[in-house]
Amino acid sequence: MEKGSAIEIVNLKKSFDGGKDFVLDGINLWIPENKITMIIGFSGTGKSVLMKHILGLMRPTSGEVRVLGMNVCDMREKELLKFRMKLGVMFQYSALFDDMTAIENAMFPLIEHRKDLTQKQIKDIASDKMSQAGLEAKHFNKLPSEMSGGMRKRAALARALALDPDIMLYDEPTTGLDPILTEMVDDLIYKTHYSRSGKTSVVISHDLHAAFRIGDHVVMLHDGGVLMEGVPDDFLKSDDPLVRKFVDTGIRKKDV
Amino acid sequence: MKNLVMGSILYRLGKYLEELISEIGQFAFFTRKVFKAMFQPPSRVREVFKHIDFVGNHSVGIIILTGTFSGLALTFQIWLGFNMFSAGDLVGPTVALAILRELGPVLTGLVIAARAGVAMAAQLGTMRVSEQIDALEVIGVDPIQYLVSPRVVAATIGTPLMCAVFDFMSLMSSYFLSIYFLGLDEGGYWDKIGAWIEFSYLVESLFKATVFGLFFGLYCTFAGFYTRGGARGVGLATNKGVVISMVMVIVLDYILSNFIRLYYLVT
Repeated sequence: MEKGSAIEIVNLKKSFDGGKDFVLDGINLWIPENKITMIIGFSGTGKSVLMKHILGLMRPTSGEVRVLGMNVCDMREKELLKFRMKLGVMFQYSALFDDMTAIENAMFPLIEHRKDLTQKQIKDIASDKMSQAGLEAKHFNKLPSEMSGGMRKRAALARALALDPDIMLYDEPTTGLDPILTEMVDDLIYKTHYSRSGKTSVVISHDLHAAFRIGDHVVMLHDGGVLMEGVPDDFLKSDDPLVRKFVDTGIRKKDV
Repeated sequence: MKNLVMGSILYRLGKYLEELISEIGQFAFFTRKVFKAMFQPPSRVREVFKHIDFVGNHSVGIIILTGTFSGLALTFQIWLGFNMFSAGDLVGPTVALAILRELGPVLTGLVIAARAGVAMAAQLGTMRVSEQIDALEVIGVDPIQYLVSPRVVAATIGTPLMCAVFDFMSLMSSYFLSIYFLGLDEGGYWDKIGAWIEFSYLVESLFKATVFGLFFGLYCTFAGFYTRGGARGVGLATNKGVVISMVMVIVLDYILSNFIRLYYLVT
């Protein structure tokens, strides 16, 4: 494992139809620790599939995924469950448990894994995380169905942060949000990252503006492989026609 | 041409069999995981009680209604038939026999599968497509142990409890109709029931209901847990869960009746 990398992916291939077509076709990339890495690309380039491999939710057809020095592909189900506690994920549509209130969602990981804490301590930690994610106390006891999109994102972030994970992953965090909410979520990711020193953030997105605004390291996927990686400025200077298309127009419906 | 048609039919049949065998294999593997998870820490007793409340407590009303009216309808039809050859005093034991050995567990199984089984498949299916099951795994919680096993245990315990309520309500409604409306003799009614009905029939009734509860609990959670493809997928999973569960309640009833008969013959 390369020094300074939080995640390293070696020749990762994934096919859902027995090898006729590869969604991920030999991806090699490393994600530096302590930085915000943006994984960008057009829709359908395998960004979310890549994230599921990092989390061990999918097994690769071939290749390796090393997260925090451990090969996720070799882990058994029980090891994976324990290992995933080092990772926090904010899902595309928040994935809050809909029979629990916002605060109960944030308390849930602590109730499951911190048996040493009292109920009051758990509630205090969850409230702290909710405040850190910018959710006001008056919304703590609301069910997900009673919250707005922005509130749900904040509650999902609080739940993901509950166990203080080493790596935070954000799956398309701004998809379907209006521009103001999009900027709010980007700022939230940025603030959250820099308030937790020594931690790594990975954002999977097709929002190029966010990549330039908050990303330290950017990886662009295309056709199941890595088209380009580097700092945001490298993308602005690139002559590659696909990168140029992405940079010049961003991604809008007409491009997809 | 004839060979082509035959080839196409055989190909489709082969494909269907392949899918069927694959599904049975997947279901067997899932069942093994569910049973294994039941005995693994941490304890999910609270979840089990929550789901028993849903399967049992929330179904009491519908079970009382279906039990009462099944007892009334069956009693009336049997009375119409038996009355033709003056065998009215056999109405009580005949109804009790039919309710305890067949109708009680089967109708309870069908009603609870249609109410609680559908809800289980739909809930898990929605959790799957909205990534809540992935979220559980990411938090480090085994979704089979947290979501599925408690529901299966609850269905296995809750269905016989509801069957007992169904049996009681059917027999009581049958009694009231026979004595107070059809004018049958109360002494003869109880005498014949005492002579014909054994305690083991009630055990048989509850045993069948337990197996039905276990089956629909497993199958509906299986259908929901492996849902794919958005709202349409949830609809298909729910439909598959309830249809297979209801058909299997009838099929299992026949199989269990034969096993029980065999058991009585051996013992």
